[in-house]
Amino acid sequence: MKKLTFTSVFSQLLLLLFVIAWIVPTFGLFISSLRDKDVLAISGWWTSFTTTEVNEIYRTKGKEDQIKEGDYYFIKSNLFDENQGKEIYRFGITSKNIDEYEVGETALFKDETEITVFENGDYVWKSKEEFKKKKGKRIFVSAKSPPSFTLDNYKEVLLKEGLGQAFLNTFAVALPATLIPLIICSYFAYALTWMKFYGRDLLLATIIASLVVPLQMCLIPVLTIYNDFGALFGVSAKSYPGIWMAHTGFGLASTTFLLWNFLKTLPSEMIEAARVDGATHYDTFIKIVVPLSIPSFASIFILQFLWVWNDLLVGLVFLDKHPSEIILTAKLKELLGSRGENWEILTTGAFVSMTVPLFIFFSLQRYFIRGLVAGSVKG
Amino acid sequence: MADIELSSINKFFGKTHVIKDFSLNIKSQSFTTLVGPSGCGKSTLLRMIAGLEETNSGKISIGGEEVNNLPPKERNIAMVFQSYALYPHMTVFDNMAFGLKLEKRPKDEVKDRVHEAAKILQIEDYLLRKPKQLSGGQRQRVAIGRAITRKPKVFLFDEPLSNLDAALRVQMRIELAKLHDHLDATMVYVTHDQTEAMTLSDEIVVLDQGEISQQGKPIELYNNPKNLFVAGFIGSPKMNFVNAKISSIDHNKVEINILGSKITISKTIKSNENTDIIFGIRPEDIIITDSSDYDFQGKAFVVEKLGSNTFIYLDNEGDPIVVEASGDSLIKVGDDVKIKFDLNKTNLFNSSNKIRID
Repeated sequence: MKKLTFTSVFSQLLLLLFVIAWIVPTFGLFISSLRDKDVLAISGWWTSFTTTEVNEIYRTKGKEDQIKEGDYYFIKSNLFDENQGKEIYRFGITSKNIDEYEVGETALFKDETEITVFENGDYVWKSKEEFKKKKGKRIFVSAKSPPSFTLDNYKEVLLKEGLGQAFLNTFAVALPATLIPLIICSYFAYALTWMKFYGRDLLLATIIASLVVPLQMCLIPVLTIYNDFGALFGVSAKSYPGIWMAHTGFGLASTTFLLWNFLKTLPSEMIEAARVDGATHYDTFIKIVVPLSIPSFASIFILQFLWVWNDLLVGLVFLDKHPSEIILTAKLKELLGSRGENWEILTTGAFVSMTVPLFIFFSLQRYFIRGLVAGSVKG
Repeated sequence: MADIELSSINKFFGKTHVIKDFSLNIKSQSFTTLVGPSGCGKSTLLRMIAGLEETNSGKISIGGEEVNNLPPKERNIAMVFQSYALYPHMTVFDNMAFGLKLEKRPKDEVKDRVHEAAKILQIEDYLLRKPKQLSGGQRQRVAIGRAITRKPKVFLFDEPLSNLDAALRVQMRIELAKLHDHLDATMVYVTHDQTEAMTLSDEIVVLDQGEISQQGKPIELYNNPKNLFVAGFIGSPKMNFVNAKISSIDHNKVEINILGSKITISKTIKSNENTDIIFGIRPEDIIITDSSDYDFQGKAFVVEKLGSNTFIYLDNEGDPIVVEASGDSLIKVGDDVKIKFDLNKTNLFNSSNKIRID
């Protein structure tokens, strides 16, 4: 059993705090995305697990549905369009007194007709004379509503709002924009670690220094070059290869640095043994270094993938906004503008964009953590 | 034929002059050991022979061919590293076959050669295991096996046994000796362990700060160290050193003042009267005596009983004097011990330039 010290308790509490601070909004977003849009607009997600009391207005059917039984005319139906499991406990017939009657009691209208409403929404409206009005009467009910969830929001968002396409677009951006720098940088990091050449240290220093340059500073110059290039060949400056190259460029320094950090922890005697065995640098790289670096490749892949996946700025600058190119984050931002009132669309869209990061994080978290501390601890 | 010839080799790390105008001839099929304290340049030398380290000047040839500008694989060498340097993701078989596969040898030949090497080293049962499933001794066998499969003319060993525990080290030492008999290859062995050097070598090269201190057969170095450094380095426990002074020289007889008494040695020496010298004598060349004719008397403050013999440490002003006695010696800590030096086995060194004078 570990000793409980102040610092350990404190750090555990802090950890708990962080976990809560991250889990609660995510969970809330997820629940909200599964709720009915009308309910979502009026109550918080935390109310959706318990039976809630709602006051609603329904209208009875009109004269078409009346039947004659003996001396009386009846309209028998149900207030609810579909069975949602709601349970009525009181009802009323005027807006002044919306919970005047218990369920099962009979209420008397001014025109001498009487109505009885039952728990499940069934009602019987009874009249001595024939019903004349096309429109039914308003009935106010106080009902207990059980928790209910629906996937309708997802259908709506993925198919009708074009988020599904944006989701695929983001994949089309993120996968190459992760793999290309990883491949380039693995060669680069190997050379920086295990090959002797003039100016190697200077090159390494340049890489580390360029980690400091903010990406935002490079956007305009790079786009200018793209525009000139596009104009020269008569193609659009905004395209998938363009954004792949942009992400590759922006990711080069950090990816190289992380990989270099890892590669230099490989024992130098092993690399020398390979040389004595007759391996060229290429052999050593492919047959020794790459197989031993898979965990670190995986972790760097995850870091870069998540970065590209969550990116908005680069995507906005280097891709057009038409449906075949727009990425998820840009699409969400667009929806925020045009459908800002429709919470069900925003919550669902946000959650869709989170699914991939969440999946990656939960399935590969040990690589993820190793990537963050690459080189600082032994793996 | 693969004799190794090093002529006037220099090596700098930055401004540090690590190997100083070094020349050495290693005979074909010999077992030569480079030995010295850490930092003396012995590993650097080995790595230069291997081609892993560049030489700043001088010439290295293997089998008569200059190899200065050849990469390791074209030098016909194999190297065994201290940390084994196995490829952790490959099986033992793949580790041993790696070099052969790179040479694009036919599969059958690769298989035969690996099995042959595995048989010599008795690791046939482990061929399909990964290095991490092996013990230290087994890993080092795999590392040696990897060297054998390529059938090189020169084997280079860089402190191969220093990661093993004492018992395994003795066992592997014997196996290395057997291996040398078995294979007709030149072996160059680097170690800081003088026992390994003494037991394995045909020839020992003692290095001190990038230069050869002495070179010769193990027993020659033991009996006739050329200088104080070699005398102190070879032998365990160390040779005893006592400050002394030459009082008179009479053609082939020398009288010296030592530890308050006078002794006469029958030797011709290259020195003058009244010079300060260092008198060296090995623990086994000191006789414990009861008679009144003794050279030194001291109190025993440590008694190491090893079973076969006993080492007794006697109190002295400078370093203690170590005496070897028989295993059944009854001397206890605190006893006064009288000793006499075997005057045929003395080593005399000039105390200013540390060179042997007798």
